[in-house]
Amino acid sequence: MNPLLEVQGLSVAFNGVRVVHGIDFVMAPGEKLALVGESGSGKTVSALSLLRLVHNAEVTGSARLQGRDLLQMSERQLRGVRGDEVAIIFQEPMTALNPLYTVGDQIAEVLQLKKGLTPNQAQTASVELLASTGIPEPARRARAYPHQLSGGQRQRAMIAMALASSPKLLLADEPTTALDVSLRGQILDLLSELQRQHGMAVLLITHDLNLVRRFADRVAVMERGHLVEQGAVSDVFAAPRHPYTRMLLTSKPERQVLDPGAADEAATPVLQARQLRVSYPVPLPGLRGWFKKGEFVAVQGADLDLAPGRTLGVIGESGSGKSTLALAALGLLPHLGTLQVTGSEWVEARRAGQERSLRQRIQVVFQDPYSSLSPRMTIEQIVGEGLLVHEPQLTAAQRRDRVVAALTDVGLLDDPGRGGDWLQRYPHEFSGGQRQRLAIARALIVGPQLLVLDEPTSALDVTVQKQVLALLQRLQRERGLSYLLITHDVDVIAAMAHEVVVMKDGVLVERGSVGQVLQAPKHPYTRSLVQAWA
Amino acid sequence: MSNSTEAVAPEPLRASGQVGASPSKRAWQRFRRNRLGYWSLVVFCVLVVASLFAELLSNDRPLLVRYEGQTYFPMVRDYPETVFGGDFESNTDFLDPFIREQITRGANWALFAPNPYGPKTLNYFAREPNPSAPTRDNWLGTDDRGRDLLAQLIYGFRVSVLFALALTFVGTALGVITGAIQGFFGGKIDLAFQRFIEIWGSMPELYLLIIFSAVFAPSISLLLVLLSLFGWMGLSDYVRAEFLRNRQLDYVRAARALGLSSGQIIWRHVLPNSLTPVVTFLPFRMSAAILALTSLDFLGLGVPPGTPSLGELLSQGKNNIDAWWISMSTFAVLVITLLLLTFMGDALRDALDPRKQDR
Repeated sequence: MNPLLEVQGLSVAFNGVRVVHGIDFVMAPGEKLALVGESGSGKTVSALSLLRLVHNAEVTGSARLQGRDLLQMSERQLRGVRGDEVAIIFQEPMTALNPLYTVGDQIAEVLQLKKGLTPNQAQTASVELLASTGIPEPARRARAYPHQLSGGQRQRAMIAMALASSPKLLLADEPTTALDVSLRGQILDLLSELQRQHGMAVLLITHDLNLVRRFADRVAVMERGHLVEQGAVSDVFAAPRHPYTRMLLTSKPERQVLDPGAADEAATPVLQARQLRVSYPVPLPGLRGWFKKGEFVAVQGADLDLAPGRTLGVIGESGSGKSTLALAALGLLPHLGTLQVTGSEWVEARRAGQERSLRQRIQVVFQDPYSSLSPRMTIEQIVGEGLLVHEPQLTAAQRRDRVVAALTDVGLLDDPGRGGDWLQRYPHEFSGGQRQRLAIARALIVGPQLLVLDEPTSALDVTVQKQVLALLQRLQRERGLSYLLITHDVDVIAAMAHEVVVMKDGVLVERGSVGQVLQAPKHPYTRSLVQAWA
Repeated sequence: MSNSTEAVAPEPLRASGQVGASPSKRAWQRFRRNRLGYWSLVVFCVLVVASLFAELLSNDRPLLVRYEGQTYFPMVRDYPETVFGGDFESNTDFLDPFIREQITRGANWALFAPNPYGPKTLNYFAREPNPSAPTRDNWLGTDDRGRDLLAQLIYGFRVSVLFALALTFVGTALGVITGAIQGFFGGKIDLAFQRFIEIWGSMPELYLLIIFSAVFAPSISLLLVLLSLFGWMGLSDYVRAEFLRNRQLDYVRAARALGLSSGQIIWRHVLPNSLTPVVTFLPFRMSAAILALTSLDFLGLGVPPGTPSLGELLSQGKNNIDAWWISMSTFAVLVITLLLLTFMGDALRDALDPRKQDR
C-alpha cells in the first residue's frame, strides 16, 4: 500500500539554530502514530511545520502527502490542504476557538469552505458532527459560544471542526493535556472511535506514555530534535532500544518513603482542620451587586489531620478548591472553622504578634517554577530572603553559608566550595527542574516542619518530575518533614502520600490511607480517577 | 536506601562559566543594539551637559581678563568700568567697543566665550537694526529686542530640559507611589483612589493655570508644582495595573508565606518587577513636559518674562513672521530635542519588551 505521508530529512531552524535535525517517518493510511518526547524535543514544531504553520521557521527536507510534497507547495495550494486533507486539533481548545462566534458557526464555516455546502446545509451538518462527538444536546450546543462550554465539550467541538472536512490525516497536538484526568480517557476513546469510522490517519503528539499505550499503533520517540527510535507500540514498550526511550519508560516516580505505620496519637498534628470553610466574595449581577457581594464557597466543611513526618495528599481536578485549601493552610486567605498549624491558630498567632514564628514552621512550593521566583533577584537574594526575616542577627557571610548549604541540600550544588558564581545568577538561567529545586531551597532554609506542595511537579517533564519527587522523599526521610501535597496526578499521590483525601467541588468526598483509596476507592469520582490512572 | 533515582544528573546550566547578567543589564545590552536610540542618548547627554556649562559657551562677560598686569574674573565677579579705564562707576559692558579696545590693547588680553552674548544681553552697539538676520556678530541673528538668538536657544534649551527632568521626576515618583498603593492594597483603597483620580483628572488644568498665574507671581517652581499636580495620573494607572498583576504571582505569595511585611514585599518584589512601563514612558514624559512648557510660554502663561524660553521665542517668531531665523532655529532645536527623546523612547521600549529575545 502506498504511504499516506512520507517525511524525509525534515529539518527546522529558527534564525539559523536547528531545532529539528532531519527526521524521517512514514504513515500508512488509517494509521495511528504517536510522536513522543519531553518539552523542547521538537515534536510540536516538527508536526506543525509539515503544514508550514510555524512562523519564521526555515523548513527543509520533504514531506509527501500522497506523493505531493507539502514543503514545495505554494501558500495557495497549501491552504487547500490545511483543514481539508490534513486537520489539526490543538492543545488548548479555549484559545483555538474564536470566542466571538458560536461553535456551530465555526464548524459550519469549515463545511461551507471545504465542502461547498449552503449555509443551511452546513448548519444541519455541524449539528450532526457535534452529535457524532458525543456532546449532549448538540443542537443547543451548536448555538453556544466557546466560553459557555466545559473544557471537555470544547475539545469535542474542536474535534468536530477538524472532522468537518473528512481529513485523511489528523494532527492532534497534546489534545488532552489541558483537560482533567477523568476526561482524558473519554476524549482519547472518542478519537479512536472516530478514527475507525472515518479511516483517517492520526498523528498524536504527546508527552504522556499512558496515552500512547492506549491509543497508538506505532510510536516515534524524539529527543532534542532527533528521532531516536520508532516502531510498533508493543515492541518499543516491551523492548526499548534507545537509552532515552528507556529513561522515559522508567520515569514513573518511585515510592521511597518511610511508612511509620499508624500515626502516633500523642504527637501534636502539624496541621489540623475542623469544619474548614473558605469563600471568596464575587460580584452579584444587577442592582443587588451595588449593595451586597455574593459568595463563592471554595472549600466547605473540610476536616484534615496531618501527623509529623507524613504526607497528606489532596487530589482533585481543577476548580475543586484544592489550591484554595493550600492558601488557607498558609494563612494567606481568611477562613471559618478551626485550622491549626503545629497547634496554633493563624488568627490567634496574629493577635498575639507571633505570626512570624508560625510562618517559620510552614512553607510552600508552588506549581509554576517560572512565576514563583522573582526574575529580578539573584539566587542568593531569593534563597536567603527568609533568613533576613526570621534570623536577622546573621551576618552576610553567615547567611551566604546557609544559602550554600541549602542549595547543596536540594542537589543544586555538588561541591559547596564553588558556589560563589552560582549565587549571583538570576532565575532565567535555570531550567524548570532547577528552579523548582531553588523554590524548595527557599522554603527549607528557614527550617519549617510542614511544607505545602501545590502541584510541585505538574509543570515539569516526567524525567525531571521523578528527580524532584525523589528529592522531596529524601528530605522527608532525613528531616522528618510533613508534606501537604496538592496534585491532580495519581502517580504522584501513589509515590508520595501516606494519607489521601479526594476533593470535588470544594468538598472532601473520600479519605483514607493511600492503599485504601487507590486499591478500593469508594466514591464514584475516586473510582473514575483511579480507573483513568490504572 | 539508595538515591539512585535522584542522582540522574541535574540538567546542565545553560550558560556555563560566566556569571549571568541581571535583567536590567540584559535590557541595557538590548538598548545598545538599537543604534539610533543609543546614539540619540549619547547626543542628548552631550547636549544637556554642554548646556549645563552654558555660561562658558555663551556669555557677555569674558571668562578671564588680563589688564595692566592684573588678572580679573568678570564671569564670576562684577567690576566697575573704571577698573578698565572707563568713565563710569557702573558695571562694565564688555560689548562696548571702547572697553574691548582697552582690554585687548598691548599686553592686555581677554578670553571671551565662543558666543559673546548672554540670554538677556541687549547689544547697544549692534550694527544691524532689530531683529537682525544672521551676521558674523550674531550667528543666528537677534530677536525683536536685539538679544542674541543663539544665546537664547542655549539657555532656553537648558531651562526646558531641567524643567522637564524635574517635572518627569516628580510626576513619576507621584505616579509610582499612588499606583503602587492602589494596586497592591486593592479593594476599598483602590476604589476610593480611582474615584479621586476621576474627579481630579476632570479639573480644567489650563483654567487653573490661568487663574493661578493671575493670583501668584509666575515662577518656574509654581509652574512645576501646578503641572506636577496633574501630571501623575496617567502613569499611576499603568503602575496600578502592573501591581495588580504582579501581586498575585507566586513569588509574591511565597514572600508572604515567608513572613515579609507589606512594605518589604512592595519594595523588594513587586516594585522592581513593575517598573517596565515607568522606564518605557520616561523619554516620552520628558518630551511631553518640554512641549507643555513651550506651549505655556507661547501662550504667555509660562515662565516669568525675561527667562530664556523656547515658547517665548516661538511666539516672537509668530509676531515677526518675516524674521524667519527666529522661528526656524527655535523650531529646529525643538524638533531635534523631541526626536532624540522619541528615538530613545523607542529603543527603551524595545529593550524592555520581554518578548524580544537576547541574541
